[in-house]
Amino acid sequence: MNSSVIVFPGSNCDRDIAIALEKMQFKNKMVWHKETILPKSDLIVIPGGFSYGDYLRSGAIAGKSLIINEVVKAANSGCLILGICNGFQILTETGLLKGILLRNKNLKFINKDINIKVVNNNTSFSNKYKKDQILKINIAHNEGNYFTNSNHRKELQNDNLIAFKYCDEKGNINDECNPNGSLDNIAGIFNSKKNILGMMPHPERMIDNLISNNDGVNLFSSLLN
Amino acid sequence: MKFSVTVTLKKDVLDPQGKVVQNTLQNLGMNNLKNIRQGKYFEIEMNSTEQKEAEKKVDDMCKKLLANMIIEDYKVKKI
Repeated sequence: MNSSVIVFPGSNCDRDIAIALEKMQFKNKMVWHKETILPKSDLIVIPGGFSYGDYLRSGAIAGKSLIINEVVKAANSGCLILGICNGFQILTETGLLKGILLRNKNLKFINKDINIKVVNNNTSFSNKYKKDQILKINIAHNEGNYFTNSNHRKELQNDNLIAFKYCDEKGNINDECNPNGSLDNIAGIFNSKKNILGMMPHPERMIDNLISNNDGVNLFSSLLN
Repeated sequence: MKFSVTVTLKKDVLDPQGKVVQNTLQNLGMNNLKNIRQGKYFEIEMNSTEQKEAEKKVDDMCKKLLANMIIEDYKVKKI
């Protein structure tokens, strides 16, 4: 499976995701944001980081870069797109995913391992997970407080477009285990065709028991499935 | 030709930064303070001499980049 990782000035998880993809046997290429041609890709990853120093709004400037036109075209023709952390913010700024990520409710940058629940395991990104499986995954962000309008909120629920929700160790979903104030504890969402996933947690940091755990591995093996 | 653009969060959107500024000012003894909303301010200089045309361009800039219409409103003024 061919993958491309888009690199912006200020991306800082681009190498991590490349290592994860290569470990999972993806044939990966790094693509600089000024490129106008995308290599043939089955999966495009928009990595985490602080593209353009979060100037204006997180992801706003990267969302207007040259390569994004190609990403939008690829997305519309069904290519799989994964946006992690700043990548999720960029996807909302391009309009490929609806809603927006606001400043964390407590105004603090949060970097810790949290629990998320797999809400929809019937997609290209999540088919190797069990439904309601609880994963321990790292988050590291200042703007992860997902917000959207009431119509889209209904659409997310009715069409099963929520990928992951923040939960506690036992899988309870409540305000106490919501790290950033996200609407309905949302940690990740799909677009209506389910070929685009945006998520705040970092699965690429959870692919090795030596440094963390293996809870992110099945996201990549789902893609290969 | 110069314009000012003010971008603010929509009424219903929580503004935690504004709240913190408000609390701090209240701690400083500003008792009459009712509410604070924080926003962004831009000064935009245009090469155009035709005001309507320039205003339209600035409006376009707001919609395309300066404001995120899901959570923000903007106001354009000629200065």
